[in-house]
Formats: sequence, C-alpha cells, structure tokens
Amino acid sequence: MSQGNPAGPATGAVPSPAGAPPSEPIKAIKLRHPWRIVFAVVLILLFVWFIVDASQRSAYGWQYVGKYVFDKRISAAALVTLQLTIYSMVIGVILGLVLAVMRLSPNPVVKSVAWLYLWVFRGTPVYVQLVFWGLFSLIYPHIFLGVPWTQMGVTLDLGFMQNAFIIAIVGLALNEAAYMAEIVRAGLLSVDSGQEEAATALGMSWWQTMTRIVIPQAMRVIIPPTGNEVISMLKTTSLVAAIPLTTDLYGVARDISAVTYTPIPLLIVASLWYLLFTSILMVGQYFLEKRFSRGVNMRRPDNKEPALATGALPAAGAPDGNNLGGKG
Amino acid sequence: MSDATQRDTTARAGVTPMVLAEGVSKSFGSNEVLKSISLSVRPGEVLCIIGPSGSGKSTFLRCINHLERVDAGRLSVDGQVVGYRQHGDKLYELKPKEASRQRREIGMVFQRFNLFPHMTALENIIEAPIRVKGLPKARAVERANELLVRVGLADKGDHYPSQLSGGQQQRVAIARALAMDPKLMLFDEPTSALDPELVGEVLDVMKGLAASGMTMVVVTHEMGFAREVADELVFMDGGVVVESGDPREVLANPQHQRTQAFLSKVL
Repeated sequence: MSQGNPAGPATGAVPSPAGAPPSEPIKAIKLRHPWRIVFAVVLILLFVWFIVDASQRSAYGWQYVGKYVFDKRISAAALVTLQLTIYSMVIGVILGLVLAVMRLSPNPVVKSVAWLYLWVFRGTPVYVQLVFWGLFSLIYPHIFLGVPWTQMGVTLDLGFMQNAFIIAIVGLALNEAAYMAEIVRAGLLSVDSGQEEAATALGMSWWQTMTRIVIPQAMRVIIPPTGNEVISMLKTTSLVAAIPLTTDLYGVARDISAVTYTPIPLLIVASLWYLLFTSILMVGQYFLEKRFSRGVNMRRPDNKEPALATGALPAAGAPDGNNLGGKG
Repeated sequence: MSDATQRDTTARAGVTPMVLAEGVSKSFGSNEVLKSISLSVRPGEVLCIIGPSGSGKSTFLRCINHLERVDAGRLSVDGQVVGYRQHGDKLYELKPKEASRQRREIGMVFQRFNLFPHMTALENIIEAPIRVKGLPKARAVERANELLVRVGLADKGDHYPSQLSGGQQQRVAIARALAMDPKLMLFDEPTSALDPELVGEVLDVMKGLAASGMTMVVVTHEMGFAREVADELVFMDGGVVVESGDPREVLANPQHQRTQAFLSKVL
C-alpha cells in the first residue's frame, strides 16, 4: 500500500486475481420477517373466502354469466367497442401529434389556438362532450363554406353527424387528442436539443429531423402513457350511451339485462370482455416499449470482452495517428 | 460552382477564403456575445480558437453554419454569405432548403457528440448521405465503412452509441460529419466531455484529418493540439478577438495581458 508511486495502490490492487486472498462466502443466520408471512396468509385466506362465498351467492347468477359470455350479441358488441377504441385512438393520436407540434410552434397564434383547444377539451367532462356531439346536428345541420354574404361557396351536408357511431368516434377522438397532445409534447421535449442541432448541421430538413431523429426517440417517452390512454379509451367507450349509442359492449349488456332482469351477471360478462381486451393491450404495450428502447440501457453485443472493447482497440486501430496524443 | 459570383469582392491573395468574417456581431437579448469579429481561414488551413468559457467562441462557430443568426457584419464560407442570398446590395434570408444546402458542405462535431442514440454507428453515418444527398444505400454503407476504418472503428459499425466509449462516440461523430464530404469542418470543444485517457484517440483522428488537407476551425482547450496542428491561433475573450497569430508564438509569447492571464491558468 505504501509505495512511493501514488498511482500504485489504485492500479495495482484491482486486477490481480491470482494474488488475492481466497474470499469466503458469508455464512450468517438470515433475518426473519414473520409479519410478511402473517400478512400473506391473511390476504390469501380473505381471497379464498371471497371466492368461495361469491360462488355460492345466487345474486351473481353464474349460470347466466356462462350463458351470455359467448352470446352472439355480446361478442358483436365487443367488436363495436373495439372499433370505437381503435378508430378514435388513431384519429386522436394523429390530431394530438398535430396539436403538439402546434403548441411548440414559434407562431403565437398557432400556439394559442392549440392551447385553447386543450383548455376546452380537457376542461369539460367527456360525458358532457359526448352529449353535446349528439346534439351537434341540431345546431349545425349543414355548414356553408365560402365567401360570407354571397352565394359563392359550397354547402357541406353534416348528415353524417346523425350517425351515432360516427358521433361517438368524433367525440371520443376530439377529447383524446387533447390528452395525446400533452403526451406527445412531453415526448418531443424529452429529446435532447443537441439531436435536432446535429441533424440540422448535417443538412437534414425539419421534416426529416422530426420523422427520422426526434419522433423515434420521443416514442420511448410517448408509448407507455399512450398505452394507458388506449386502455383508458377502451373503458371510456362505455360512455357513448350519452350520445346515445347502445351497440357497444356495455350498452348491449345493459339492453339484454333490461329484458332478462339479470343485471349483475351481465355486468360481469361485460367486465370479462373488457378485461380480455385490456390484457391483450398490456401485452402489446410491453413489446412496443421494448421495440422503441433500442440503444438505451443496452449491453454490448460482444459481452465476452466487456472491458476490452473500450480502450484497447482504438490505439492500435487508428491508421493516421502519426504519434501519441500531443498533450504538452 | 457559385463561388465565382463573389470572388472579386473577397479576393485578396488570389484565393477565396474558406471562412471570412468581417465585423461579425451577435447578441442574445441585451447580452452582446460577439463584438465585431473579423478573421479569415484559407482553404486547407487549421484555425484554433481558445479562450475562457463565455468568450463567444462556440457561438462564433455555430454562426459559421448558421445554427445561430449573425446580427451584424458579414460572414461567408467559400465566398457565399452564410444564411443569406445577395442580390445587388440587398440580402435575402435563405429558405430552410437553401440553408440546408449550405450546411451540408460544412461538417460539425459537437462537444457532447450528439450521435443519434437509436441508430447504430453505421446508421448514424449513412443517415444524412442517404436522406439528404440521395446516395444509394449500398454506396453510403461502403463509404461509411471506409470512414469507420479511417477513424479506427472498423469493427464497431453495428454498435449503438450507448455501447461505445466517449472517445469512440466522438470518432463516430467525426466520421458522420465526414460522410457528407464537407469542405470545412467545425469542432466545438470536441474533447471537453471526454475522460482524459480518451482525449488522445480523438485528437489523433483530427490530426490525420488536418494532415489530409481538410480546412478546420477548432474551438478547443487542448493547447498541445493547437501548438502542433494549428496554422493560426485566435484567443477570444468577452466576445472579441484579443490576439491572433502563429500558435507557437502566441502560446509562448503572448502579447496581450488578457492572453497572458488566461494562458498562465491553463498551461
């Protein structure tokens, strides 16, 4: 230890596996955690009790659950719910991306419009929004696009806004866009400004910089909350009763129960389908997250030589190094 | 191609300077970062800029490829005004597309490498040649592999930046800039973010580049490199060029008091 060379102990001590004293494995009595076991047993007992009790309660109507869970009307309604989720999410994400870019725009008017949109759509309940879109065609049966106070222009027929399915998609998508805008904005801001600068310095255009450099990196931040939004949207579709649209999963389950007077089993049936979809979505989210974390927290592919890869090769490999690094 | 248009205005020694700054000034708000900087770099020359932090050296470098806009004075690269188009005596701001055309001829290496972390080393290098220059992928890959050999990283093409050391990342960044076949290379403190033992490998690559005749403007704190490689040394402080000249002379025998004070601290 007490050599004259100050660098001696630091460099000498570490890489000498041969001379190191044999390291004995520690043999000690493990610390016990009795309360963990107690809690675990109590929870398991409560759970088992609940299951046994529930299976015997007639109010659950398990025979109806079994009867309706694969009912054609229910599975068709599940498909409607899935379509509502996918369509409104796709539109919501695209619109959210546009709003996020607008919010980051240097143009103050563009920025304010995006802000105003978020303010309105995040500041009112989605249920209220859906009721409003349901009444939309009463306010605007058609829209005239053209020069004001003249006949020049075109009249847009808004008849499609009487189709409850389309209203549902529009209503859910417009609401979702406001939330997606914030998620996308956070993602875009999470990318180091040096990335944009490097791309610009290479002569890449704004569009190329966004699509090739910034957005792929922002995805890592955007995907997890977006996955949550998809799951949340799947459940929010049950609010389309406000429009009213009743062909979705919850709507049909309610309609059936209104005839059969078995509301509880049909709630369970609907919940099972919702759970099935959210479970599938969670698996998908896992793989998407993995895909977009490329280059982050990765091990070297040649992990046989972990330390060697860093320092040893460059000095030997540099062909044009005429001599050592010239530091005075 | 277009350098002929302004050759007569800038011709002094018969050659168009690669970089010509005449009274370049730049402010951030009320903070004047560059105060009338004038200097020139001839083709094939290496200019090193030294100075304390906040002296405006990085800002000046970023002005050269129009990452920052110049407020006053005239800055031109290879006879073309940076960021503007001249018609008669009027200047027109360049459209993004035209500015990008100027930038692709100027390579830039950053202090913090700024490699694209979601792409491998090879993908980092071929990205701009393919997207910006429209090079076929096979050609771009071929060229990228040559460049990887040149910076001593022939076997690292499939590594992601996070799997490379700082020195290796910076050498990939140099290869990435070179892939656009620039006529001018800008280095913004290329070794400042590196562990001391990794500085040498990056400087070696830069020396090789200088020896091959590349025109370079290097903002650096490596006095040894400046002494050995630079044709001209500029000392900046407080947004002005305090002293410039032959690097060996400036470093050994600084004339100005502020240069003396700075060098006594860093040497």
